[in-house]
Amino acid sequence: MNIHEYQAKEILKQYGVTVQEGIVATSPEEAVEAAKKLKELYNSDWVVIKSQIHAGGRGKGKIDGTEQRGVALAKNLEQVKEISHNILGNILVTIQTGAKGKRVNKVLVAQDVYYPGESSPKEFYMSVLLDRATGQNVIIYTTEGGMDIEEVAHNTPDKIYKEWIDPLVGLQSFQTRKIAFNLGLSGKAFKEMTAFVTSLYNAYTNIDASMFEINPVLKTSDNRILAVDGKVGIDDNALYRHPEIAALRDFEEEDPTEVEAGEYDLNYVKLDGNVGCMVNGAGLAMATMDIIKLSGGDPANFLDVGGTASAERVEKAMRIILKDPNVKAILINIFGGIVRCDRVAQGVVDAYNNIGNIPVPIIVRLQGTNAEEAKKLIDQSGLKVRSAIALKEAAEAVSEVLKN
Amino acid sequence: MSVLVNKNSKIVVQGFTGNEGTFHARQMIEYGTNVVGGITPGKGGQTHLGCPVFNTVSDAVKNTGADVSIIFVPPAFAADAIMEAADAGIKVIVCITEGIPVKDMIGAKAYIKKRNCVLVGPNCPGVITPDEAKVGIMPGFVFKKGRIGIVSKSGTLTYEAADQIVKAGLGISTAIGIGGDPIIGTSTKDAVEMLMNDPETDAIVMIGEIGGNYEAEAAKWISKNGNQKKVVAFIAGQTAPPGRRMGHAGAIIGGSDDTAAAKKKILSQNGIFVVDSPADIGIKMKEVLSLASN
Repeated sequence: MNIHEYQAKEILKQYGVTVQEGIVATSPEEAVEAAKKLKELYNSDWVVIKSQIHAGGRGKGKIDGTEQRGVALAKNLEQVKEISHNILGNILVTIQTGAKGKRVNKVLVAQDVYYPGESSPKEFYMSVLLDRATGQNVIIYTTEGGMDIEEVAHNTPDKIYKEWIDPLVGLQSFQTRKIAFNLGLSGKAFKEMTAFVTSLYNAYTNIDASMFEINPVLKTSDNRILAVDGKVGIDDNALYRHPEIAALRDFEEEDPTEVEAGEYDLNYVKLDGNVGCMVNGAGLAMATMDIIKLSGGDPANFLDVGGTASAERVEKAMRIILKDPNVKAILINIFGGIVRCDRVAQGVVDAYNNIGNIPVPIIVRLQGTNAEEAKKLIDQSGLKVRSAIALKEAAEAVSEVLKN
Repeated sequence: MSVLVNKNSKIVVQGFTGNEGTFHARQMIEYGTNVVGGITPGKGGQTHLGCPVFNTVSDAVKNTGADVSIIFVPPAFAADAIMEAADAGIKVIVCITEGIPVKDMIGAKAYIKKRNCVLVGPNCPGVITPDEAKVGIMPGFVFKKGRIGIVSKSGTLTYEAADQIVKAGLGISTAIGIGGDPIIGTSTKDAVEMLMNDPETDAIVMIGEIGGNYEAEAAKWISKNGNQKKVVAFIAGQTAPPGRRMGHAGAIIGGSDDTAAAKKKILSQNGIFVVDSPADIGIKMKEVLSLASN
């Protein structure tokens, strides 16, 4: 599960991480009020208006059809009103959202932290995540802050540092010192950085995050260390023990069909293609998407109906797939192991009859226990459903259907 | 010989009396697997499916000499169950449970590292050595005995591969479902290494998917060790979009090395026979083996 920047910052603050402060607004009027409050607190007219969407690249991204950036500096209240008016309720297109973009329902009105002072501000990058290769958490950091980390890793890999955390003892003080030294810090900023890293790592482990990315981490002109941004992913498997975090879920950020599928306990991911698919098992589902592509189509979705594939689930899954107007055909691919294929076939026939008028051709591939009986059942149902047993036959059927 | 489990394995079931545990333990027993007991805390002393129930794994080991455990415990308690098995001296721990928090698995993996055991899974279909032992949830009838080893991150895709191998006139020595989570006990390379060293295995099917570096690691190990046996591979998720989790918790493209295309390239470069379509796994294996015998 992903959360917004303003939510991530709230969590960070709870764990003692210093952040760029801000106030959330859902209208230009609220944004102006927020800016006034920030002026009282920090004595500056300047604020940053930051679009709150679950995607990166907001600073470079633009509101669809305009030149308005997704993150912009406002130097007075008129500009606060104008910029938030330009952003709120509109579609922000960034490198990560794709051409469709995402609607911005909230902005974070944030303090300006790049004020002049005794030294020049400096941006770093820091993230905490699981290193799957070692099975340990790792802190990744670089002096090259504010940039795309994949680009830095590609162009100047020697500038990326990694600090692995031994799961049996956790993060140690020498490691936080090493990080602060490698970032070239001294004095007050050095001390603040070691505390920053410790707090950041505590936040990461305590909320069962799968990723914490702070880009940039800022050394201010008065040598404070703070998180200017916060991108956080939470381990879905651990949400059961963090109801307060689960409550942060923003359904507006998700595809409504995916949300509905989730309510039925179906694992569905919407894609842009023209052939829907329904499969038992995640690996076979991905493989079925690949088959669709190799047969000349494009997968319209990922859908794992799970081990049982009962008539009820098949029907729900079919209804979910048919909500997508791009779907020109459906491939149902079930490997019946412990679940018998003839039961699944009966489920498909029942679902078909219950839904009634299905406008697209359906190909059902059932393999495993009682596959022959299942094929007979489908073939004799009188429905416009093609049956197959071998995966190759199903692939050929898909490409034939797409040709017609 | 075979790997991990065979007819001499003494198997206990953790989460024995629960719904999942009962259903699959019964199937394992019907298959002929040597299930010697089970564990459900608080139900020690009872009999279930004709086998003794123990309160702790350590009691079970003392009383039955068990060396293999299969875990059907719910996700919140599964990491604890893995560590309990390791502490009790179980040699092969197969964890079926899906949905264990990553943080719990980081701890469990570090814990068992210092003990003399192998963990398979979690979030996996288990391990089967046909006609000897089924320690998992796979449909046993699909796996006919033979000399092809299978290593896979996925359940139903493993059954698919096994079925194709059998239809191609071949059979399976041992199939190892390593699981689709970000942290698993036995990596692709670990499983491939076991099968490479198994005298009853002639060739290997390796099924991977997007996410992580396990397939690349295995490929490099295979070529470094002289490509001793033919390996046919399929990588699922060629059409998966970046940043979206495809069912399995570990099946997500985070960076460029996670893609199916990148993995397929590394596999091919290391002498592995990569098929584009999952429908071609059986045919390809037959072709590769007949080329080798000519």
